[in-house]
Amino acid sequence: MAKTKTNTEDYLRMYRQMVRIRTFEDNANQLYLSAKMPGLTHMYSGEEAVAVGICEALKFTDKITSTHRGHGHCVAKGAEFKEMFCELLGKEEGYCRGKGGSMHIADQSNGNLGANAIVGGSMGIATGSAFTAKMLGKDDVTVCFFGDGATAQGLMYEVMNMAALWNLPVIYACENNGYSEYTKTEEIAAGSITARAEAFGIEAHQVDGQDVLAVNALTQKLVERARKGEGPFFLELMTYRYHGHHVGDINREYYRSKDEEKDWKENRDPIIRFRTWLVSEGVATEDEIEAMNAEIKKDAEAAVDYALNAKYPDVSEVDMHVFTDIKHALA
Amino acid sequence: MREITLSQAVNEALAEEMRRDERVFIIGEDVAEAGTPFKVLSGLVEEFGTGRVVDTPIAEPGFMGIAVGAAMTGTRPVVDLMFGDFIYLIMDQLCNQAAKTHYMSGGKLNVPLVLRTNLGATRRSAAQHSQSLHALVAHIPGLKVAMPSSAYEAKGLMKTAIRDDNPVVIFEDKLMYQDKAPVPEEEYLIPFGKANVKREGSDITLIATSSMVQVAEKAAEILAQDGIEAEVIDPRTIVPLDEETLLKSVRKTSRAIVIDEGHQSYGITGEIAARLNEKAFYHLDAPVLRMGAMDVPVPFSPALEDVTVPTPDGVAENARRLMSGEMIHAA
Ligand SMILES: Cc1ncc(C[n+]2csc(CCOP(=O)(O)OP(=O)(O)O)c2C)c(N)n1
Ligand SMILES: [Mg+2]
Repeated sequence: MAKTKTNTEDYLRMYRQMVRIRTFEDNANQLYLSAKMPGLTHMYSGEEAVAVGICEALKFTDKITSTHRGHGHCVAKGAEFKEMFCELLGKEEGYCRGKGGSMHIADQSNGNLGANAIVGGSMGIATGSAFTAKMLGKDDVTVCFFGDGATAQGLMYEVMNMAALWNLPVIYACENNGYSEYTKTEEIAAGSITARAEAFGIEAHQVDGQDVLAVNALTQKLVERARKGEGPFFLELMTYRYHGHHVGDINREYYRSKDEEKDWKENRDPIIRFRTWLVSEGVATEDEIEAMNAEIKKDAEAAVDYALNAKYPDVSEVDMHVFTDIKHALA
Repeated sequence: MREITLSQAVNEALAEEMRRDERVFIIGEDVAEAGTPFKVLSGLVEEFGTGRVVDTPIAEPGFMGIAVGAAMTGTRPVVDLMFGDFIYLIMDQLCNQAAKTHYMSGGKLNVPLVLRTNLGATRRSAAQHSQSLHALVAHIPGLKVAMPSSAYEAKGLMKTAIRDDNPVVIFEDKLMYQDKAPVPEEEYLIPFGKANVKREGSDITLIATSSMVQVAEKAAEILAQDGIEAEVIDPRTIVPLDEETLLKSVRKTSRAIVIDEGHQSYGITGEIAARLNEKAFYHLDAPVLRMGAMDVPVPFSPALEDVTVPTPDGVAENARRLMSGEMIHAA
């Protein structure tokens, strides 16, 4: 693995954030299986190194846009378990006061401009955020997360063209997990994905999305350059989702083999790989790592308990937030 | 008579029409092996092959445009739009192209295309996967719009739609896919523009579309206990609209409530109410009431979502007030 940071604290925080994402998802899946969560949700498990490697290269003031598979981005950009589980369960204390749910979960105060249930729907938003940075002379960088499936959306090509023409500080981060819903990427994407960005003169890189240090090292460099006006950039992060497309997608052998899933989980897991590296480099001992895992597990369980017992929003909130200046739209 | 689900009914309609006419094909995301996320199309690719059950990338404007061009040149596409909410993405192809081609060509070109999609809230899917957007397309001259209220309608209307030489949009209620209804084994078609009187009554007319027909029928049962006899009418298609049947009923009952799951403002309910006011004014003893979905984006939290849609109790309550001579408005 590539070495980028020398700071022990940074390494441990990256590890912690990856485990927090995995732990969040394990609990969310459990909430679904025990019929305690309304609706469906898309698990980020397996892709942790992407969100964490990238978000750890960002400042608090930098922006991201997220997707339907957005819990990982949300955690990585600094969100807390309690407000996240509350949102997942539609409770008042959720980040979106229960109005968004899993597909729109975001800690807005950390620069997360929202998770989007429209595939590719955030590409304009991310590029517009970069436009703001340039126009107002701020050095914020925006990262646009999207899946391989979203590369089929026309909007992407319209905004990449403008981002390139105007040197906008945006990084398009394509999480290529090999599938969009129940279809393999090669069946929906002609030619090369990075070449599409290159056609606009955008510097594009393919990177191992299961290697958090590699993702982080590359992103740090690109963020730095984007801040100086050298953007936009394009990343294709090769990764894998462990669960089905959503939690209800259980019998999936018709489109994805168990052997393939096993291979990714056993041989390329981003958390196991990083943990092994941390121990072998002497950054942490096995005991320290186990203690951290246990603490995160406890945190998550406490947050789940809290959220299960938390209040639903009062029904009078239903017509709040339709407009900024009209408190109750239907009053 | 045998009972089948709405999902099976749609599947049968498509299979029968594809057997009858080899120009009919299906195009959309995950329609083949996956049979759509709702599994409505399961088995069709096995019978008709991937040449006629065509999986696409996540490129709605693209495959909609291809379908329009294909329809103009000798095929009969059935476009599968996974969620009705994605209709915004294809608006240009649907409304500027498909809807106007016959007219702009002075009747020389046809677009015999079916767009099958869905509507309906209360699935806990939040604001971008829960909308009922049929009013948007019903507003555009050149598009026919069908709204099946049970498996029986779903099959008969789909077959008629496929044989129609105009672009037709069919909205299925995604909460009704597993609902069963009697459906004959023998072939049948349901004509467009012919409303169905589901229940006869002399006191008040309840006009309802799609799943709101069930709501109206339940309201009628509640009202019957109070000695109020409600007539329930399902227009089946909102374009064309069977004004005659609606007017005949209202001239008899002198009162009407129109119930639909689209947002109440500027929607189907307002259109139907206006026509009744214009054409049956002297027969009315009370204003025609509109009951639509609340004018808010659909919230995720169950505590909020459930109050946004019309309910049997709500309809019954409004009916009682109308009967007692109160001049109310529903909003
Ligand atoms: C515009 C639009 N089309 C279709 C969908 C339905 N849908 C939700 S997720 C998804 C697959 C997305 O694949 P990808 O972009 O690779 O992301 P992944 O789920 O693999 O993370 C589809 C087709 C949608 N939400 N929005
Ligand atoms: Mg994908």
